[in-house]
Amino acid sequence: MYGKGLRALSISTVVVMALALALVFFYAPLEAQEGFLQKIFYVHVPLAIVALGGFMLGGVFAILHLRTRDARWDMRSYVAIHMSLIFGLGALITGSIWAKGSWGHWWVWNEPTLVSFLIIFLLYATYQPLRFAIEDPERQARYASVFAITAGAFVPLNYIAVNLATAYVHPRVFSSTSNLPASMAFTLFVSLLAMALLYATLCKYELTAKHTRAQLRAARRLLEQRSPGGARTSQRRTRSAAPSVYPAPAPGRMAGGPL
Amino acid sequence: MGVIAASELPALPLHTAGKYVAAAYVVFFAIVLIYVAIMAVRLKRIERDVAELIDQQSAVAADRVELGDRESTPV
Repeated sequence: MYGKGLRALSISTVVVMALALALVFFYAPLEAQEGFLQKIFYVHVPLAIVALGGFMLGGVFAILHLRTRDARWDMRSYVAIHMSLIFGLGALITGSIWAKGSWGHWWVWNEPTLVSFLIIFLLYATYQPLRFAIEDPERQARYASVFAITAGAFVPLNYIAVNLATAYVHPRVFSSTSNLPASMAFTLFVSLLAMALLYATLCKYELTAKHTRAQLRAARRLLEQRSPGGARTSQRRTRSAAPSVYPAPAPGRMAGGPL
Repeated sequence: MGVIAASELPALPLHTAGKYVAAAYVVFFAIVLIYVAIMAVRLKRIERDVAELIDQQSAVAADRVELGDRESTPV
């Protein structure tokens, strides 16, 4: 189900990623002020943009979950946010390395862009503990969706608020005042595309793995219910932050029923 | 942002900037590799579970055959 098109997506990710790296190191010119250090820009900015986009995508999936009550949207929302957290961590670390090289400090607390990104990252870091704290799967999915929508709406608001701040030292990329040369802009665009493809591929892998595990658990339950002895050892759902697409059958349910 | 030729002087010398650039890209690829390694472990677990399920299914089928034989045998 989720594995459809995974091979094509993986191959295109590898090809575009290789192209992006070639452009970064052999095509994009050196920047006048930062020189070679500016090459971090092509990994840091796409990571941050894709992470923020992924957080908002998680919110969109959460809206669809609340509208349809389909557990698959909850699963997609969970995976989108989970993957964005990983990309966000990458953006924070690469940004920190760039800051050290450029400004001489690992972190600058009076820089709105950095601090706002950290706030968003920490906000989403509470998503998994929130899910884990709620045992009932239905309630867990509902509360997580409400969280994802609220936090997802916070992302663009935060971006606008930071853009309105006048005193910043962080470079603006997508603004009317940005005078990025065409070769650098093209390299950034390809890097962004590569990062978005990587995000989509990893999300698809995660969804496929989770779906396969859920199917396995469902098959095991069915087998245990239909076995002559009727052993019911794994009916109880182990507590998890991850959503379950196939909920465990009700305790009083007769053996042999459909999943 | 202005552009200069590669031979011209950058703000940080190449040997200093190179370390930071290498570190940033290594971090990025390390994150991807760690994720792939975690996925590999999960895949292994799924493989083991499938094998377990097949064993369980075989045992259930054998039990059913045995039960059927016993029921069809006249007393």
